[in-house]
Amino acid sequence: MSKVRVLVGTRKGAFILTADGKRDKWDVSGPHFAGWEMYHVKGSPADPNRLYASQTSGWFGQIIQRSDDGGKTWHQPGTPPGEPPAPGPPKAMSNKFVYDASDETGKALTTHQWYDGTQHPWEFKRVWHLEPSLTDPNTVYAGVEDAAIFRSTDGGENWHELSGLRGHGTGPKWQPGAGGMCLHTIILDPGNPQRMWIAISAAGAFRTDDGGKSWKPINRGLRSQYIPDPNAEIGHCVHHIAMNPSRPGVLFMQKHWDVMRSDDAGENWKEISGNLPTDFGFVIDVHAHEPETIYVVPIKSDSEHFVPDGKLRVFRSRAGGNEWEALTNGLPQSNCYVNVLRDAMAVDSLDKCGVYFGTSGGQVYASADAGDSWAPIVRDLPAVLSVEVQTLP
Amino acid sequence: MSSGQSVSMGSKSVSTIRIVLPQHLRTLTHTGSELTLSIEGPVTLRSTLDALEAAYPMLRGTIRDHVTLQRRPFLRFFACQEDLSHESPDAPLPEAVASGKEPLLIIGAIAGG
Repeated sequence: MSKVRVLVGTRKGAFILTADGKRDKWDVSGPHFAGWEMYHVKGSPADPNRLYASQTSGWFGQIIQRSDDGGKTWHQPGTPPGEPPAPGPPKAMSNKFVYDASDETGKALTTHQWYDGTQHPWEFKRVWHLEPSLTDPNTVYAGVEDAAIFRSTDGGENWHELSGLRGHGTGPKWQPGAGGMCLHTIILDPGNPQRMWIAISAAGAFRTDDGGKSWKPINRGLRSQYIPDPNAEIGHCVHHIAMNPSRPGVLFMQKHWDVMRSDDAGENWKEISGNLPTDFGFVIDVHAHEPETIYVVPIKSDSEHFVPDGKLRVFRSRAGGNEWEALTNGLPQSNCYVNVLRDAMAVDSLDKCGVYFGTSGGQVYASADAGDSWAPIVRDLPAVLSVEVQTLP
Repeated sequence: MSSGQSVSMGSKSVSTIRIVLPQHLRTLTHTGSELTLSIEGPVTLRSTLDALEAAYPMLRGTIRDHVTLQRRPFLRFFACQEDLSHESPDAPLPEAVASGKEPLLIIGAIAGG
């Protein structure tokens, strides 16, 4: 029988939740890296036992952790536990994220727009998102703050920036959102290894068609009332983008305000907020087997980061947007004031499709029937930052 | 923990010093709170951190920046009831640290509420 493994990053550690295909009885492992902020934990599609984790701290900076046994044991890539360090220069710098400003391979380290409108130098702060390659367990991408994308091809031991994104020209107009200037979304095209999409708060969405060498903004159709030119090429606060792997050209976006879709790989976007109670939110995801079925969790507003009316509701559209139904069975419908952050929803690929999300109140909810009913796997974790799911044989 | 000492090896002296790590860094090194290091030549913050990172490479970037080697902002270096955080990295550490009588304390700034 198939199994699922849910990888949860929280403000104070990581947790691994496992169940069989029925998804009704769960084992909880953790906290891993207790006390550290775990921004993201994700498994390799090419080797499910290979997990990568972003461990970060305002005191001690960035750490990358790797597991080669499905989360039972972890180590910092290049420094296996229990082995004495080899003499001489270090073989790996798994937490060294240095912007590539070299003349030969990089781009000049320019500035971006600061909160007060002045220009500010790029400064590395943390890894928000890790996206393992679809085909090679040792290749993994990292989306970082201040916004840039890095790649490792040696299992996370060393990282190199794909500097064409930061340096393609619009960087001085990028600005941080309230959470920082983060590159939080990386989507790999299963049918075209040269194509990737990324999203940045608050710059917008970008696409490469040449494996990360060059990038173009893809924000036509986005409209943001809070920037001087609402239809600007860049400057939009994209919160998350999701894609069903079976239809790589169709993208769904939760923007700061507005839920959007694109049917041409991001060239053009149109609004699909429809009858949502509010179109502010962070997460968005797509059903594993029904590419027109999408999920969002509306949040009241940018000044009140909790669900509207004290009700935790997932909204599902089976029509690719515009027509939404509230999913409430098993979710609290009074006195609930939690948030669901941008990387905190995921789907499994079982039949029926499982849907999972985590809240700022420390609950991780699961639905084993595509959202019709929900139950908490755990209720009292630290605030949840990210949720990923692996469907295992 | 026995006190360290300074011995001469060839033309350079070698000191054995003690370092106390904050709890979160101990989870990376998989050690107890106190480490013992041998340092060749003058005992300074720089030579101490160089030796610490050579012995425990998983600490690179966690105490000082990878590139600038500046102390991370929310960390402090204390020893002998003194704050050494703003001292030159090349200034000699107190004799009590160099001799192993007192440990060098690496402290995370206290925050909470």
